[in-house]
Amino acid sequence: MLSEAAFARLPEGKKLLRGIQEMELPGPVCLMEVCGTHTMAIAKAGLRQLLPEGVELRSGPGCPVCVTPAGVMDGVLALSETPGLILTTYGDLMRVPGSTPGDDLQRRRAMGADVRWVYSPMDALELAQAEPDKQVVFLGVGFETTAPGTALAVLEAQRRGITNFSLLCLLKRTEPALRALISRPDFRVNGFLCPGHVAAITGAEAFRFLPEEYGLPAVVSGFETGDLLAAVYALLTQIRDGAPRLENEYTRVVSPQGNPAALALMEQVLEPVDSVWRGLGEIPESGLGLRKEFRVFDAAKRFSFSPGQRVENAGCRCGAIICGQLNPQDCPLFGTACQPEHPVGPCMVSSEGACAAAYKYQGVEL
Amino acid sequence: MNEEIITLDHGGGGQRTAQLIEELLLPAYGNPALNALGDGAVLDLEGPLAFSTDSFVVSPLFFPGGDIGKLAVCGTVNDLAMCGSVPKYLSLSMVLEEGLPLADLRKIVTSVAETAKRAGVQIVTGDTKVVEHGKGDGIYLNTAGIGVLRWPGLTPDAIRPGDAVILSGTMGDHGVTVMLARSGLMEGSTLRSDCQPLHRLAQAALDCGGVRVLRDPTRGGVATTLNEFTENRPFSICLEEDALPVSLSVQAACDLLGLDPLYCANEGKLLAVVAPEKAEAVLSALKSTPGGENAAVIGHVSERHPGRVLLRTGLGGSRILTRLSGTQLPRIC
Repeated sequence: MLSEAAFARLPEGKKLLRGIQEMELPGPVCLMEVCGTHTMAIAKAGLRQLLPEGVELRSGPGCPVCVTPAGVMDGVLALSETPGLILTTYGDLMRVPGSTPGDDLQRRRAMGADVRWVYSPMDALELAQAEPDKQVVFLGVGFETTAPGTALAVLEAQRRGITNFSLLCLLKRTEPALRALISRPDFRVNGFLCPGHVAAITGAEAFRFLPEEYGLPAVVSGFETGDLLAAVYALLTQIRDGAPRLENEYTRVVSPQGNPAALALMEQVLEPVDSVWRGLGEIPESGLGLRKEFRVFDAAKRFSFSPGQRVENAGCRCGAIICGQLNPQDCPLFGTACQPEHPVGPCMVSSEGACAAAYKYQGVEL
Repeated sequence: MNEEIITLDHGGGGQRTAQLIEELLLPAYGNPALNALGDGAVLDLEGPLAFSTDSFVVSPLFFPGGDIGKLAVCGTVNDLAMCGSVPKYLSLSMVLEEGLPLADLRKIVTSVAETAKRAGVQIVTGDTKVVEHGKGDGIYLNTAGIGVLRWPGLTPDAIRPGDAVILSGTMGDHGVTVMLARSGLMEGSTLRSDCQPLHRLAQAALDCGGVRVLRDPTRGGVATTLNEFTENRPFSICLEEDALPVSLSVQAACDLLGLDPLYCANEGKLLAVVAPEKAEAVLSALKSTPGGENAAVIGHVSERHPGRVLLRTGLGGSRILTRLSGTQLPRIC
């Protein structure tokens, strides 16, 4: 794997940057990246400050932790107190507060709840097998990227007859969220930097609806600095030429049709369900839930999981930031009441959140 | 089932404790001050002295490139060396968990002895306690140490604009290795902790003159340590991304886990801020000392943006490097 720094050193990167800086555009342009890993990579490379005046990059609803509503986190925090239950989660969720700032899984763990972070749902399954007297719940968050692995763990639990494992399925689908975003009256994005990891599963074709139905340029991008530059260059070229289409700049990983084995796994275990998003509200069929034959592994049913009603914390503008309406710096709490040390909203917690990226990687004139 | 293990008796102060000391600890560490087995060690030293302590709770106890014993010696030796002293004597306290295999303890004690020998220090006093099963992580260690000050006056207050920032080798090797070892992802990996005593590298740098301050960037990594230098002081430090030494395997593991090598722990690297006219000499002294082969000038001290640590990215952009906040958690996708 070529490191990011090494990739940026390639003369190609510098050439692309010059091409971007010198491109003559019809007017101001707003591009959106819809993947948290893109958000972080862009901030890390200091790309935003290098874009010419009139070209703006906004973060979209691409951080799985960020789009999970506050009330769901309240439910998760309550679930963690269940006696005899081990809650397993990706590290990102440990510090996401519920409705009360400061109340997160890390704190619950310090107070005695059995919360453990894992790298994959299969680790949670192994834990369930090793601790047969405990109930092990895996918090399944993420998009199409984490869905196949989550589906596999459920399938494997069924195959091995592991009955003390269950899944709290909070998975989300990318396409319905993008459609919901585009149909908002205040939508003003001119092109999408499409998520390379999601596309690796779904295939690049899954984003064809953007140019064909909405006339929006769409470029699937990888995560190295050179990938991002190539994708931004391609988007701006489409906008300059007034010729929106689907391009795949990440062909070394993403095929047109995606990963058939992963898609089949998802299809077998999961089905679209209505889901509530922070910032976007309830969107039909925008989540993934367990199919009927796997519902015995549904932690929500097993433990009568009841999410709170609250979507967002007081004063927090994560919702607007997720939708690209605001930049992190526009939120009155940014950097003051809300910091990585004491986050109010999830965008400041997750390593992929727009606010954390903006806070951690603030640019300055050198 | 006949494996020898630590029991509460080993910490009781009676027969079993004496046996542990006489059969395991004395043969490994033996020296006149320790062999006297007094309530404390009596040392003959002339000041000024440097004094430091550190506790070690690493899990797993054994990892590629080191173990908790090696870490415990290096940790305190390195702190003493960073003060500009020559490390001389260590104390070693052990908190053992009931059920710890005696074979593991033997390995750790051997590692302590070997590392102490390499670092030129003697273990002159110590203590052993045993806690009930489930109340410890196998073994916790504490070391405290004394060194004789040879290069006084090392302090971030001595840093001046124009100074060079030198790192003695690649970043993040220890932190990433331990994180991967803990998660069972080490299979097929070439990662190794960089855990090593830094007294020779420190001496090589300090003998050149012009060194303002030395620090070993352990927890929080290079970015956090540099923030300790700049905070509330009238200068900034600007790093060059392209100059940062990172091994390919650490970079690949960090990319995979969503970590940043600038914030990952090191246990065998030093950061030196050096007067510009001495930078070249210090760099070549480090490079020609074992363990310093990959040393590099990674940035410079500037008057702009006082109090900040900045990074110029490979692309020519910039970003502020803050202190590590919380712990580094692996990301989702």
